[in-house]
Amino acid sequence: MIKIKAIFICLILISIGAVAQEKEKGKLDHDFELELETSYLGYFKSASFDGQKKHFPSIAVRPEYTLSWNNGYESITAKAFFRLDVDTERTHWDIRELYYQKAKNNWELSLGFKKVYWGVTESNHLVDIINQTDAVESFDGEQKLGQPMLQYSLNTDFGTFDLFYLPYHRKRTFAGVKGRFRFPVVLDKDAIGYESGAKEWRQDIAFRYSHSLDIFDIGLSHFYGNGREPLFQFDDTGAINAFYPIINQTGIDLQITNNAFLWKLESIYRSSDAQSFMALTAGVEFTISNIKNSGIDIGILGEYLYDERDELALNALQNDVFFGSRIAFNDVQSTQILLGGISDLNNSSKIFSIEASRRFGESLKLEIEGRLLSDIDTSELLLSNFRNDSFVKISLFKYF
Amino acid sequence: MNYKKGIVTTVFALSALSTFAQDAKTKGLEIAKAADLADTGFNSSTVALKMILKNKNGQTSEREMHTKTLELALDGDKSLITFNTPKDVKGTATLTFTHKEGSDDQWLYLPSIKRVKRISSNNKSGPFMGSEFAYEDLSSQEVEKYSYTFLKTENNILIVEQDPVDPKSGYTRRVVSYNKDKAYRIEKVDFFDRKNALLKTLSYKGYKMYKNKYWRAATMLMVNHQSNKETTLQFSNYNFDSELSEDDFSQNALKRSGR
Repeated sequence: MIKIKAIFICLILISIGAVAQEKEKGKLDHDFELELETSYLGYFKSASFDGQKKHFPSIAVRPEYTLSWNNGYESITAKAFFRLDVDTERTHWDIRELYYQKAKNNWELSLGFKKVYWGVTESNHLVDIINQTDAVESFDGEQKLGQPMLQYSLNTDFGTFDLFYLPYHRKRTFAGVKGRFRFPVVLDKDAIGYESGAKEWRQDIAFRYSHSLDIFDIGLSHFYGNGREPLFQFDDTGAINAFYPIINQTGIDLQITNNAFLWKLESIYRSSDAQSFMALTAGVEFTISNIKNSGIDIGILGEYLYDERDELALNALQNDVFFGSRIAFNDVQSTQILLGGISDLNNSSKIFSIEASRRFGESLKLEIEGRLLSDIDTSELLLSNFRNDSFVKISLFKYF
Repeated sequence: MNYKKGIVTTVFALSALSTFAQDAKTKGLEIAKAADLADTGFNSSTVALKMILKNKNGQTSEREMHTKTLELALDGDKSLITFNTPKDVKGTATLTFTHKEGSDDQWLYLPSIKRVKRISSNNKSGPFMGSEFAYEDLSSQEVEKYSYTFLKTENNILIVEQDPVDPKSGYTRRVVSYNKDKAYRIEKVDFFDRKNALLKTLSYKGYKMYKNKYWRAATMLMVNHQSNKETTLQFSNYNFDSELSEDDFSQNALKRSGR
């Protein structure tokens, strides 16, 4: 933590220096935004394990500040996050972003805590690896922790090259005693160790090449460093041994955009001393737009998910099919609904989901999210622990 | 003999008519090309944009965005639109590569999860952000996207019918009023739906000339005659000196604009 603070201080000093220079020229743009969230998360069924609660009211705050100059080619972005929740592990704060960025001609440099997203599929995000998942914040893994990095990006006529230097690893947070989506034993984030002797200070690197050519959007990536997912090993007594392995992960993501059809593929090969496997998500999204001139778009999604880890896949998507539908009303309130269902092809397990949102007035938004875990097979090593964790979450956002 | 004469007259009349029709097509295309040429050479521009949506009860809702445009000689324009309000979509941005022929390329940036998503440009007729503007109304107007028929002249106004080439367009035709005394700037467009009924009228107001050549309207008003809703676009801070290049229209630039 001391070293993290040192990085922060260095960043702030660099920024102050850069800003002081620019201030004399008087071309600074400021922007401050604040988002408040109040939400209620409720579980339908009684707890599986001692101590787990059923009702989780909570509040969250997301302030952000952007300072830009040099016609926007240089900037400092800061975004913070704080949640107060019934579950002590879910009560947490984070620096989502705090970075300096400079762009010039065809290159771009970023230094600091940043979020980076890779990938094309909807039901699973295999290729995306730069940031640690904020696991207590999102069921779908789309919320991420800020990752310290130095990123250099170069745009050429034959594609974009991205280089990442990642000096620090951030651990995944798991639900506390009161929280759902946990195992009988509460996983202590700090107790999960590393394969690497350098632990969280292992100096990691990543590379990505991406290109858009006609109807093809392709990305090739490689990551070498501390894995973002802890590896679970179960001994004969049922005790869990978990650690972050050193991994090499090669990924490919491809989208072919053919009129109303989006064909998507993501695949990874991850290797470490303890475990090597491949995983794949592939599918199609088809949109019928402006149905009968109503402005409504209906998208149909279908994806197949495969993971060679089988039962040990942390997200339990080892041989599954996803079907979904995205309905965008394209009205003044930007009403949207996303419905989905994932079905295990090997057993009875199914997960249904709904995500809906609508704006009220100019600065309020209501969001509803629900997950229904149905017929979870008792033989599912990880997912069976969550069989009573179907939930609904209602959130109201206010923007200032 | 009369019979033969009749045929000759008919043939003559028909060919005259077809020549006339051909002339109308040629003249329509010439006007469209002249308007395009008059607006050629600006290289790049930026503008702030306020969109005011009004429903049939008069209630309004606003969106603010920022647009960057890059002119390309051999292909259609590139454009980057970034939303500033409503606040819940702040930073959402679209990058569009217009092509003179074939589908446009379009990417959407979602700032909350930092995702760039290639989207289908198939949806031409759908509403842009709940407004009365369809996506096709806001995309770069390339000459190749329509076939033309000159209709008539009214004082200094040349009226041309434009039939969209793309079958996915929401219109059978548009009737466009060009001002021949003002570098063929567009004063008004009437849109006819797929049933050929008058759907919308777009009026351009508060024209101002930039760089001694380029006419830009300060206000564009779109009135939907069928739903009685309207959308006003207010443009401000036009800048033709930003000297943007292709690097300002990359996926990295898309992410930077939304942060």
